[in-house]
Amino acid sequence: MFKWFGKVNYTPYTKVSDFAQYLKDGHLMGSRCTSCGAQSFPPRADCERCMSGDFEFFELSGKGTVHTFTKIVAAPTGFEDVAPYIVGVVDLDEGGKAVAWFGESIAEADIEIGMAVQVVPQIFEELEDIKVYYSLEQPGTTWAKV
Amino acid sequence: MTRVGIIGVGHGVFGRRSDATVQELAFEAFRDALRDAAIDRDAIDASVIGSVPEYHKQRSLAGVVQEYLGLVPKPTWLTEVACASGSAAMRTAWMSIKAGLHDVVAVIGCQKMTELSTPEILALMGRVGEVQWESGFGTTFPAYYAMFAKRHMHEFGTTRAQVLEVAIKNHHYGAMNPYALFRKEITAEKAMASEEVATPFQVYDCCANADGAACVILASEGRAKEMSKAPVWLDGMACATASMSVLRRPSLVGLPSAEKAGAIAYEMAGVSADDVKVADVHDCFTIAEIMAYEDLGFCKKGEGGPFVADHQTYIGGKVAVNVDGGLKAKGHPIGATGVSMTYEIVKQLRGEAGERQVPDADIGLTHNVGGIGQYCFVQVLKRD
Repeated sequence: MFKWFGKVNYTPYTKVSDFAQYLKDGHLMGSRCTSCGAQSFPPRADCERCMSGDFEFFELSGKGTVHTFTKIVAAPTGFEDVAPYIVGVVDLDEGGKAVAWFGESIAEADIEIGMAVQVVPQIFEELEDIKVYYSLEQPGTTWAKV
Repeated sequence: MTRVGIIGVGHGVFGRRSDATVQELAFEAFRDALRDAAIDRDAIDASVIGSVPEYHKQRSLAGVVQEYLGLVPKPTWLTEVACASGSAAMRTAWMSIKAGLHDVVAVIGCQKMTELSTPEILALMGRVGEVQWESGFGTTFPAYYAMFAKRHMHEFGTTRAQVLEVAIKNHHYGAMNPYALFRKEITAEKAMASEEVATPFQVYDCCANADGAACVILASEGRAKEMSKAPVWLDGMACATASMSVLRRPSLVGLPSAEKAGAIAYEMAGVSADDVKVADVHDCFTIAEIMAYEDLGFCKKGEGGPFVADHQTYIGGKVAVNVDGGLKAKGHPIGATGVSMTYEIVKQLRGEAGERQVPDADIGLTHNVGGIGQYCFVQVLKRD
């Protein structure tokens, strides 16, 4: 069900498609190689280190730190209706980085590099199709469906 | 192995070329290069076309260009590594000569970007990053480099004014380049008044899509000496990569591919960064030129902002950079850009750059980046 991931999805088929199902249920998952234990976020099916094709998902805390960000004014196809939007790259506490939108719990004026954030699973409620993503929120913010 | 020499260069006007097809643009540059080399096209053993296919209605571009240039039945092939496609063409031509397969090879970088409608351009713009994990959040080309700029400012105190100095310099020199798309000086006030694109970038931080072509003719050492009075030697020809996804990069204040390719190219050519008198670097966005100074060792990491603000990259400074206007003022027909860079450095090393001539230019460099640093090609060029 990876076609659920992203406002626009370009890769409906992947070996890590369960990621989107987990996200829909409120869980942010990384991958762990069952052969050598190497962890990855974003998840990958094939181990970068030992090249094994066996992996399992594990849940991340979602805690992270803003590495950098930008407010996108000139938006590409499929994003015109949400522009301008603020995108950040976040360093995750458990390793790896994520790109995500800043969510409603953080005011634009308060955004700065180095601030602590929580990566929170989200569903586009206003769209008929299932579309899931994650957003950057104030630390301590929990998944809305809990 | 043989050295590889450049015996001819050609260039067409960059801009909105509604008057010409892509093969007609290629022809302009090819004819110019043949005349420059004072050779007939029968002397060409093969051609390599640098271009990015998704912008053209014509599929498999090398074939139509080869036919229009009158090079059939000689071999041809297309290279694609995004905005570095032109330098990739140079590298494969260089490889074919090094391998002894061909003696004289024409490299043509050509691109027609304005054939696409605005919606088509906007759709392409949404897929410049890694599409599985990043593009679903609406990331764009300017947005990635804007995030590099924000981080560079955060770590090193680089200022908005310093970043804009790149655009001011490149427009200053672009105004003197007859092939450039924008031939007007700009001021910081004008740049600061332009529309926002992705903070902190405004319109004047970004290069523009363009149509255009450039051509370089390469020859083996023996043939170059026979055919040319003043060949320019392509002694460093390096390529390195970085992860497609910015999420897999350890830092976002430079391009690891550029650092690596630069080090390899210097070693191949037996020179150091301090020896380089003139360089064309990939200023697709203002911050990209500042990071290039640092990645190539023209200044220390983090000092690129003051370096440009102190005019160290103007003619007369430590190293003249993008004194043809760069991507910023010339325009960026993506397949043509890398070849256009080599064209400029060859003209500089021959002393044929006119009012933009860098004094005593004997060693030059090109730095051509594909995507967001996924690919980087660095060339070191020398004259005898």
